[in-house]
Amino acid sequence: MITDTGRLLLRTVSLTKIFRGDGVPVPAVRGVDLSLRQGEFAAITGPSGSGKSTLLHMLGGLEPPTGGEIWLNGERVDTLSQARWAIVRRRHIGFVFQFFNLVSNMTVADNVELAALMGGATRKQARARRAELLGELGLTAKADAAPARLSGGEQQRVALARAMANRPSLLLADEPTGNLDSAASMTVLRLLGQAHADGQAILLVTHDARVASGADRVISLFDGTVVDDASIPLIHPQASLPHVLKLRG
Amino acid sequence: MPVKGLLAGRIPAQRLERAGAMRMPLLALLAKEPAHGYELKTQLEQIFGEAYPSPNIGQIYVTLQRLERDGLVRSQDVVQTTRPNKRVYELTEAGHEALVAWMDRPSEGPRVRDDFFMKLALSQLAGTAVGIGLINRQRRHYLGQMRSLSVLAAASDGRIPRLLIEGAMLHLQADLDWLQRCQEELV
Repeated sequence: MITDTGRLLLRTVSLTKIFRGDGVPVPAVRGVDLSLRQGEFAAITGPSGSGKSTLLHMLGGLEPPTGGEIWLNGERVDTLSQARWAIVRRRHIGFVFQFFNLVSNMTVADNVELAALMGGATRKQARARRAELLGELGLTAKADAAPARLSGGEQQRVALARAMANRPSLLLADEPTGNLDSAASMTVLRLLGQAHADGQAILLVTHDARVASGADRVISLFDGTVVDDASIPLIHPQASLPHVLKLRG
Repeated sequence: MPVKGLLAGRIPAQRLERAGAMRMPLLALLAKEPAHGYELKTQLEQIFGEAYPSPNIGQIYVTLQRLERDGLVRSQDVVQTTRPNKRVYELTEAGHEALVAWMDRPSEGPRVRDDFFMKLALSQLAGTAVGIGLINRQRRHYLGQMRSLSVLAAASDGRIPRLLIEGAMLHLQADLDWLQRCQEELV
């Protein structure tokens, strides 16, 4: 449980990514400054090609930046060696992908347990953490199943359990509902909301406003730059509904 | 439909709409069986649940009077011994026809010319270029509404309210997509 709510967790300075294909440089992220505090739940939205996934991949160490700085828990991480960055990542970051990316020849339980072990837990701790997470996410009955036997929604729940196995200070989610139907999307969103209520800091990339509105704060990206970054006010339903729902006559 | 002139004020248009909004639901309820005003209020609440603000009893009586004036319902007093008499309404033939005609008619698409569209179209005339600020404020507002609807959806049981809320969310999603297009074209 993270109790130190409000402390700066993540900060980027002029973060930049330029892809070089056939000699033509394509800037994907152009000088992004953002920060996230402990316990915050922020969504990054924008049209496809706006750079939102590239930004998240840089923050998760999956893509090296072309320029700028990334600071995690007060430590500059973008200048770390590959090996050192990998350790920081396994200890402090959880990642959920659009296409689940579970290890297909391992059971649901082992997928989760392995992530806990890699995060530094002992065998006993990893088993306990796996049991706790599968219970919380309603997956206990599926513990011994192979991932391919599960529905998309269930696989994403396993992926969420795996991402949280190391008790990450930061949970990154890249279009986690992009491959799910409406009902399964809402379940994943509810579980993210629950994790957030327990103090988990979350940075979520989505093009779906219904998913983005689950966050407290929305960062809008356009052409690789941040065009808006604001906390989202909860408008009282009775105040907003008459404009949206009308009994027509 | 509700907006008469291009720049008709928002409040009169809303009032106009509110006055007409109750007519068809009341006719539909009376098509099932005669009822008095308070029963109609309760039934509306049961059908729409959290998805629609609870109707005001005064609004229901005013609408019933207008429906009677238009010949779509008729009423009679039922004598009660221990309580004041109550007025029971029933559907007329003309009321039935109006209800069927409304049911059979395709409905207008929503919000083609809304208030924000006016701001967007007129902001250049007013000397304030379409700024990212205008679009960002609107986006935040839509996201706030979306958030409220999510909260409401989680608190609602019953298929009809849930479907209404889901419909509203999909409309908002479309509004947000359109806002994105405005940003791409105009900013």
